[in-house]
Amino acid sequence: MTPFTYERAIDAAAAARAVAERPDAAFIAGGTNLVDLMKLGVARPKHLVDVSRLKLDTIAESEDGGLFIGAQVKNSALAADARVRGAYPLLSRALLAGASGQLRNAASTGGNLLQRTRCPYFTNTATPCNKRSPGSGCSALGGFNRIHAVLGASDACIATHPSDMAVAMTALDAQVRTVTGDGATREIPMSGLYRDPAQGPEAETVLTHGELITAVRLPPPPPGRQVYRKVRDRASYAFALVSVAAVVDARDGQVLGGRLALGGVAHKPWRVSEAEQTLGAESRPEASFAAAADAALKGAHGYGANDFKIDLAKRTIRRTLADAAGVSS
Amino acid sequence: MTETDFLRLSRREVLEASVAAAALGVCTSAAAAPPEAAPALEGAAQPTFEVRFTVNGTPKTLSLDPRTTLLDALREHLHLTGSKKGCDHGQCGACTVMVGGQRINSCLTLAVMHEGDEVTTIEGLGAAADLHPMQAAFLRHDGFQCGYCTPGQICSSVAMLKEVEAGWPSHVTEDLGIAIDLTDAEIRERMSGNLCRCAAYPNIVAAIRDASEGGAL
Repeated sequence: MTPFTYERAIDAAAAARAVAERPDAAFIAGGTNLVDLMKLGVARPKHLVDVSRLKLDTIAESEDGGLFIGAQVKNSALAADARVRGAYPLLSRALLAGASGQLRNAASTGGNLLQRTRCPYFTNTATPCNKRSPGSGCSALGGFNRIHAVLGASDACIATHPSDMAVAMTALDAQVRTVTGDGATREIPMSGLYRDPAQGPEAETVLTHGELITAVRLPPPPPGRQVYRKVRDRASYAFALVSVAAVVDARDGQVLGGRLALGGVAHKPWRVSEAEQTLGAESRPEASFAAAADAALKGAHGYGANDFKIDLAKRTIRRTLADAAGVSS
Repeated sequence: MTETDFLRLSRREVLEASVAAAALGVCTSAAAAPPEAAPALEGAAQPTFEVRFTVNGTPKTLSLDPRTTLLDALREHLHLTGSKKGCDHGQCGACTVMVGGQRINSCLTLAVMHEGDEVTTIEGLGAAADLHPMQAAFLRHDGFQCGYCTPGQICSSVAMLKEVEAGWPSHVTEDLGIAIDLTDAEIRERMSGNLCRCAAYPNIVAAIRDASEGGAL
């Protein structure tokens, strides 16, 4: 690890200011991703501002009937919260499908959103990587790219975003609240948090340096049944090859509408409004699920070893939508 | 000599000092070796940071390079070598300890972040003459072969049963709304953060089941 200095922040605004003042400073919360990247020499902050003790670790009901999740709520606490399990089972399921018990106890809500890709070329400092070292090239393009993106990628970078939680939050229309170094606050929709890799894969989000995530706001849950399905190389403790967050509002065998977001296929949770519009547009549920799968994967293309993800994603979408609608597939 | 000073000397320095002493036939002491110079930090107020926490019920104060992980603080500074360094990347679970009663990977957290925390390691769970029920169950069921992952498995499983008791669901819990039935599938899923390369998994599951049914936790 490169040497660094350390300070424990006393409030969110002071933390944001402390990082904003130094280009070489970074926030640390749970540390489960950052400490690992620092050991690998991928992240080299000279100064760490510890935000783990900020009083941002509560979950509260908001006035509109939604939930207000502090950025320092641990992944395990969020998954186990009775209100989340009751009204947002999609979020509980996504969290429980990710990482291990130990990691979920340490990882924070804000940190989960900002975790870096697990592309092996990003974490291996001996190989070119545009995300780690802008302009050096993308080793995954012609390399071992089984886990990589089939949607939204560019020749600059084909890495995927590894979070499960973010996929559920995207389907649930979550809003991310932040504070910047000059004390300004703003709310960013999940759909607008992540940047396209073609704009420069080294900057993954629209957050400015020193902008701290303070909370995630969930609006009231959409109507319908929520299902999260994750497909991976082993049954537990592995990142998604493909994951599907689905909400389907179905009554008497008729699909009225729903939500659909994908994980493991792009640099961000992938949500396509055209796919959601097909839900309920066809009289036969199975036909609308197939149409949704085709619409969601529109424009997808593989890079060799990850070609299988396109079919896998379509099948997983059809199956998950059918589960959520309560119809057999 | 404080606990930290003892290990400030690297193994190589100890070896070099010993070899030099043997070759020269003179007596040297570890303390006579020059201390490793702390790297200069731009804008740094101080190269080390003090952390006060409780480890296995005993208050400890350490002055640490902030790069020191909790695992290294426990092993190298407090000489609690029960917690193991397996992968050092949060993938194997051999370093699992409890902080505030919750299990975490001690390799992925900085010691300076644990000011005021209560840390429990395998040494704090039980001793040879007074085994924790989970340790006794692992012995009874032969829940290990080489034993390297065992302290992490035991710390993890003790904290895991508390999570079950608190009603925390898992990935394999069928219904998020009802009490958890601790099936073997539940135990395996909840213990997936602890790898055993000897593959003693069937006996580990049996030991955890036995300990959980004993109700002695």
